[in-house]
Amino acid sequence: MNNKVPNNRAWLLVLPMLVLVAFSAIIPLMTVVNYSVQDVLGPNARFFTGTEWFQSMLNDDALQAAFLRQISFSLIILAIQIPLGIGIALIMPKRGWQASAVLILITLPLLIPWNVVGSIWQIFTRGDIGLMGWGLRELGIEYNITRNAGDAWATIILMDVWHWTPLVAMLCYSGLRSIPEAYYQAARIDRASKWAVFRYIQLPKLTNVLVIAVLLRFMHSFMIYAEPFVLTGGGPGSATTFLSQSLTTMAVGQQDLGPSAAFSLIYFLVILLVSWVFYTTIMNMQKDKPPHGGA
Amino acid sequence: MSLHLQNIDHIVNGVPHISGIDLALEPGSFNVLLGRTLAGKTTLMRLMAGLEPPTRGKIIMDGKDVTNVSVRKRNVSMVYQQFINYPSLTVYDNIASPLKLAKQPKSDIDKRVREVAEMLHIEQLLNRYPQELSGGQQQRTAMGRALIKDADLILFDEPLVNLDYKLREELRDELRDLFKARNCIAVYATTEPNEALALGGNTAVLHEGKLLQYGPTEQVYREPNGRFSAEMFSEPPINIVPGRLTDNEITFDQTLHFPCDDKLKRLEPGDYDFGVRASHLTLQPQRADDLALDVHVDVAEISGSETFLHVHHERFPLVLHLAGIHQFSVNEPLKVYFPTHQLYAFDKQGHTVHIPVRQGGAAHG
Repeated sequence: MNNKVPNNRAWLLVLPMLVLVAFSAIIPLMTVVNYSVQDVLGPNARFFTGTEWFQSMLNDDALQAAFLRQISFSLIILAIQIPLGIGIALIMPKRGWQASAVLILITLPLLIPWNVVGSIWQIFTRGDIGLMGWGLRELGIEYNITRNAGDAWATIILMDVWHWTPLVAMLCYSGLRSIPEAYYQAARIDRASKWAVFRYIQLPKLTNVLVIAVLLRFMHSFMIYAEPFVLTGGGPGSATTFLSQSLTTMAVGQQDLGPSAAFSLIYFLVILLVSWVFYTTIMNMQKDKPPHGGA
Repeated sequence: MSLHLQNIDHIVNGVPHISGIDLALEPGSFNVLLGRTLAGKTTLMRLMAGLEPPTRGKIIMDGKDVTNVSVRKRNVSMVYQQFINYPSLTVYDNIASPLKLAKQPKSDIDKRVREVAEMLHIEQLLNRYPQELSGGQQQRTAMGRALIKDADLILFDEPLVNLDYKLREELRDELRDLFKARNCIAVYATTEPNEALALGGNTAVLHEGKLLQYGPTEQVYREPNGRFSAEMFSEPPINIVPGRLTDNEITFDQTLHFPCDDKLKRLEPGDYDFGVRASHLTLQPQRADDLALDVHVDVAEISGSETFLHVHHERFPLVLHLAGIHQFSVNEPLKVYFPTHQLYAFDKQGHTVHIPVRQGGAAHG
């Protein structure tokens, strides 16, 4: 008798995962796609609109402005957090109880929920009871995040740096710890300067964690919502209204489901595209240097 | 350049890593540090390089006390067990790096890099990056970095351990030649007695942070000054059988009596540890006075084209080093011939009291 009885039971094992992914990702996404090409007026009144929503979203001045703000915000915080994170990782103690203590201290901001961070900073910056707001006023510096767009921007950036630089620092710290001690010894024997050690040993060995850090921080910051919303409410005017807040106003505030669905898809594609381009570029750069691929 | 370590102690967190080492290395000498893992080889090298100062003792270079001079101000280079190269620099730039840091003129650097690369047979790889190279090529690059500057002291910390057998032999042979024309002190750490023998030069036997013996490699091998030194410097380790020497007789295990060699008769009667090299035990009688022992096979370990045969007599185990590949079954009874004229004798403190007379042309001496 043939021992190879066809057995399709393997499919059953995949099924739970398939159902889970369908509910968590595929169905919601398809719903959004569905909304983005229709104008829904009521339960039984809907019209197919084609790409109309997409076109109007791409030509919307307010959204274009929000997009520019969003890009600037992400670039600024990357420009600050990545070097700062590397710097912190470099000066962190390497072993002993000091290392554990610093690691715990530095991780604390990461554990605070987004809107709590917003509230903390909202209070912190108040002129009457907030330490920073009051302190600056006492020093004679004019500072008001509800009136001055520059102050609002500076505060949001400072808040994000405080909240998320530890993540970059921790990733770099783990990367640095994985460099064998012999490299540093060899560099000392070569009489290499601190800068040379950083440039030719530490930085090349950190490339992989830095790619992860940049990707995570870019995606995170590009989707930022709760912190500026709680801190400034997007103001003064629309100076700190970022993409996700515009989207929420449109979808939840005004119930414009069609346009906001189209907008969501564009938003999603932008994040995907930027991350993909960045990742591919870095990986190609690494591949180009050693033309025959790594070992 | 000469290097003199004077009564060096090194204690880390209360644990002595090096104790009381006194060692003088001659200019232009090739020195092997032989010892098992944790014998203190790497620590001793770090002290020689000046990567850390010793807890006690002095390090004298060319008559100058350099004990507390940092590695940056000494002229040393080092090759590690791991292949350490700058990952983002080409082989060329890696080899050139010590000279670039020393700000030497470009044309000189170029000439030197090509010379060194040729010496190490990596001249066709100069534009590659370390991660594109095989282990052997990476280690050659690291050696290039060590050799390009005219260091007074070059340290090799088990550089060939991570390479395959064939490459190891090849690089080891080249290494000796590379140093023939140089006036620097080379120090080479290894755990393998055979590597020390192949490299020649001088050998220092280390054990638990102490220097057991230092001298020309062959001499240290033939005339170990103690039981530990003999055990450390033989692969497989020398067989040690406790026995009793009476007037004309040696007794092993109270039952095996045999007449002893004339030279041994000069020793005081008493208890000794007798040593016999694994390569001196045979399965066929070599001489009339060989002692035949009935043993049982434990395991036959094949290493390359040789067999290490582990057997046990009633009370003591023995290991034989046989040329060629042989198959034995476990517990197989065998007769092993024990050359009574090739015994080392160690007193109960572990000092050598008798060394066998060399056999003319004996393969393993």
